[in-house]
Amino acid sequence: MAKGRITVLEQYCKSCGLCVAACPKKVLRISERTNAKGYRPVEQFTEGCIGCAMCAVSCPDAAIQVFKEQE
Amino acid sequence: MSEITVYERPKTWTPDVSSHYCPGCGHGIAHRLVCESIDELGIQNDTIGLAPVGCAAMIYDYIETDFCEAPHGRAPAVATGIKTVRPDKIVFTYQGDGDLASIGMGEIVHAANRGMNLTVIFINNAIYGMTGGQMAPTTLIGQKATTCPLGRDVAVSGYPIRVSEMLATLPAPGYITRVTLSQPKYIIKAKQAIKKAFQNQMEGKGFSLVEVLSTCPTNWGLRPVEAFQWLMDEMVPYYPLGTFKDFE
Repeated sequence: MAKGRITVLEQYCKSCGLCVAACPKKVLRISERTNAKGYRPVEQFTEGCIGCAMCAVSCPDAAIQVFKEQE
Repeated sequence: MSEITVYERPKTWTPDVSSHYCPGCGHGIAHRLVCESIDELGIQNDTIGLAPVGCAAMIYDYIETDFCEAPHGRAPAVATGIKTVRPDKIVFTYQGDGDLASIGMGEIVHAANRGMNLTVIFINNAIYGMTGGQMAPTTLIGQKATTCPLGRDVAVSGYPIRVSEMLATLPAPGYITRVTLSQPKYIIKAKQAIKKAFQNQMEGKGFSLVEVLSTCPTNWGLRPVEAFQWLMDEMVPYYPLGTFKDFE
């Protein structure tokens, strides 16, 4: 399985949780810290991201960037 | 071992701007799909958008193309004017259900009936969002809103209007489809529909309307994820997904 990783642009995240629900590998969660707007940004808390970008596709604020490793 | 970028912010999305929408609002997703379509078609410098009245009134702050603000519901009329004098430009309107289906019903019907070469993105979330959750023409039977606290009563307010089906009865409009944003697979389909609606205009085919079933978590009183579930359970049975008219 391809390895992927995400970068959350925390200043845009509004912790709506749509990406957490959309992730097929369940590697996302709402974090404990707060951003400048007072929302708790989402974070990847464990290994297992496959770079499918379902989180980014469902993000209303375009706050997730997705990368995938390639041979 | 190298790394490829699978997804990044669309270029047409205004950099360093955070939207004013509530958390989980479908407008953000719809804006993003419009941006991605414009990016992929390479028409950022040739596109003129028409901002509606409603939550998306500030769409020009988020999508970096030329924009014009239209009075409530009048976006198709203003778009007709712009497209008539600048037929080389890609003109699209982005309207909510309070804007398009109530005060703007006359404008959209006549723009469609003329078969104007326009792209219309119609966001249907079954409620007036910005003004405080009043009943819209698309509010479902029995759905509660601030102006129908006991639920929409057919005897008083009539039936919810299925705009896509209604416009599809006209001979002139070419492409009319209904999509939703409830799950990634539907979002990907919605993107294809929006892109096609822009492509139709570039090829001079005629009027294209994409109805996007969206949510209003704040005024529905639901969490964002629950709101999309409610959309699938309640809205989709009344507003079936699918293409009602196509050019072929």
